Amino acid sequence: MNRRRLFLTTGLFLAMATSAWAAKLDKSVVIGNLSDQSGLYADLGGPGSTIAAKMAVEDSGLTKQGWRIRVIAADHLNKPDVGANIARKWFDEDKVDAIVDVPNSGVALAVNQVVKEKNGVFLASGAASADLTGKDCTPNTVHWTYDTWMLAHGTGRAIVKSGGKTWFFLTADYAFGKALQKDTTAVIKANGGKVLGAVRHPLNTADFSSYLLQAQASKAQIIGLANAGGDTTNAIKQAHEFGITAGGQKLAALLLFISDVHALGLKVAQGLEFTTTFYWDLNSGTRAFSKRFAARMKSHAMPTMVQAGVYASVLHYLKALKALGGNPHDGAKVVAEMKKLPTDDPLFGKGIIRADGRAVHPAYLWRVKSPSESKYPWDYFHLVSKIPASKAFRPLNQGGCPLVQQ
Amino acid sequence: MAALYGQLLIGLINGAFYALLSLGLAVIFGMLNIINFAHGAFYMMGAFCAWFLLHRFGLNYWWALALCPLIMGLFGALIERTLLRWISSLDHIYGLLLTFGLALIIQGVFLNEFGSSGMPYGIPHALSGGRNLGFMFLPNYRAWVIGFSIVVCFATWFGIERTRWGAYLRAATENPELVRAFGINVPRMITLTYGFGVALAALAGVMAAPIDQVRPLMGADFIIVVFAVVVVGGMGSIAGSILAGFALGVIEGLTKYFYPEASSTIVFVVMALVLLARPAGLFGRTA
Repeated sequence: MNRRRLFLTTGLFLAMATSAWAAKLDKSVVIGNLSDQSGLYADLGGPGSTIAAKMAVEDSGLTKQGWRIRVIAADHLNKPDVGANIARKWFDEDKVDAIVDVPNSGVALAVNQVVKEKNGVFLASGAASADLTGKDCTPNTVHWTYDTWMLAHGTGRAIVKSGGKTWFFLTADYAFGKALQKDTTAVIKANGGKVLGAVRHPLNTADFSSYLLQAQASKAQIIGLANAGGDTTNAIKQAHEFGITAGGQKLAALLLFISDVHALGLKVAQGLEFTTTFYWDLNSGTRAFSKRFAARMKSHAMPTMVQAGVYASVLHYLKALKALGGNPHDGAKVVAEMKKLPTDDPLFGKGIIRADGRAVHPAYLWRVKSPSESKYPWDYFHLVSKIPASKAFRPLNQGGCPLVQQ
Repeated sequence: MAALYGQLLIGLINGAFYALLSLGLAVIFGMLNIINFAHGAFYMMGAFCAWFLLHRFGLNYWWALALCPLIMGLFGALIERTLLRWISSLDHIYGLLLTFGLALIIQGVFLNEFGSSGMPYGIPHALSGGRNLGFMFLPNYRAWVIGFSIVVCFATWFGIERTRWGAYLRAATENPELVRAFGINVPRMITLTYGFGVALAALAGVMAAPIDQVRPLMGADFIIVVFAVVVVGGMGSIAGSILAGFALGVIEGLTKYFYPEASSTIVFVVMALVLLARPAGLFGRTA
């Protein structure tokens, strides 16, 4: 009697175990937009990213084929511990499959570890740190849109080549700012320039007068802003106030979004040179998407490249799921499929996802138009040059990613 | 050395903002015993009022400087009448909770409406440009900020400490029943005083609009520091909050020069040290 019970229970366990082991493909997907919904990065990601994700779900056509796809959102408050906790809860309790967006590199690096641990999918289109495809790369992460290496080599190289040899940095004191300063410094030195000094300010600083004063005293030709969002706009606005630009020094906004230019106004922002991989007015494909996006936004704002990246990454993710025939709820497997398929969407054009998780597509160098050059609402950027995909991102063998065969 | 003078001057300018904001807080707490956590939200509304007047009605900065404090003062009086009056007899903590909730609601509404990046607001034409002082370039607008703030702070201090109405207000704080017995309308005085405190916050907001982006979170970032300033100066002391405001602005400015990474926390370090030595603040009266 005892032995029979033992056999029965063992058999039952085995059956349950094997059924859990068998790759259960189903047609339900939950996508989580983890972003800064209310702080200084909310306008470049935030609620707009949720809309972009929903648009991608609709455009994939999968819901019509019987798939159940849900998009949820949460606010990481720019705190890595809050972001990591939300990610954990999402994977453990809410059955989230993919986390998208995550502007703020500090939060992104923390979430990156959680996603790897839980075998989920991380479609990072908001974060900047190139470490996500470097020493911190995982088989579960795809880094879309941009990174600090691309910004440094795009904007930094262009400015040094056009004569800006001496630099002074205003750096946001966390992972992103430090990474951007490091990458840009490498570019400056490689092109014969010099960094005269740097000052680190806390994230979310309202008053830059003290730091700008130090930048002025350094007499550097270029003041490099290794920060983003509200920090960048405040620094630019106050630089004008303190006569920095009038005194002959130039500002290098290393990371600038259309939302920042809109908040500053063209009078203050004109002439700034910077790099992005998306602009709403670039071609007919981007225009069509952007008009649909703006119609759904409360503020009717045009999409930033981060929001465009959310759309493109979710679209490609769903394409990979369709190719697999269902959702295996196995992050590494889906990302491997994403790397097999070439990317193609009206926003970024054709591209690929490399072994280190880096999504590669062309980048563009822009200059902000002057008020007289702007002919219609949101007509802000003038294209200076296009950087082909092969040159825009860090070469595969230079990142130090363990996934790449050296 | 020249760089240091520049930082000191910048510190004074920031101190002027701290002083203006903490003045309103100190007036409200000192006179009315309300811990007004909504102060930052009113500061933000003052800035938005200036932006709104410019974009809707084409009224420039000078109009905003006169009108926005009045508008916000009325709004503050309304808040006091409808919300704060009911809890005036209760413990301080209720006032804190109520005003905190109010701040969250106001900020949430503005965030929803305007997004977080903010609106551009230019420096008024008459105050644009600047002067090269040798050790730094001082924008005219910043010089105006220091000057005007000192005038407002002094006028408020004088009004409360040296005039008859100020005396009534101070007496009403000590013993409302007795003051009422003298025929003075205490509830109305309280309403007007709260309105005045809110008007001061709005004035600071209008003055900040050309410098800081007009955005919904501008108050939330400031208010914690302002509370620290009021605590250092002594809760309830008008002169204390003004002096503490300028002093802490200078200390923060120096920290930005010597060790910028600590600049967001230095005010709280100072507050902790002051409280250890003098629990009632530098000029506070131990009740």
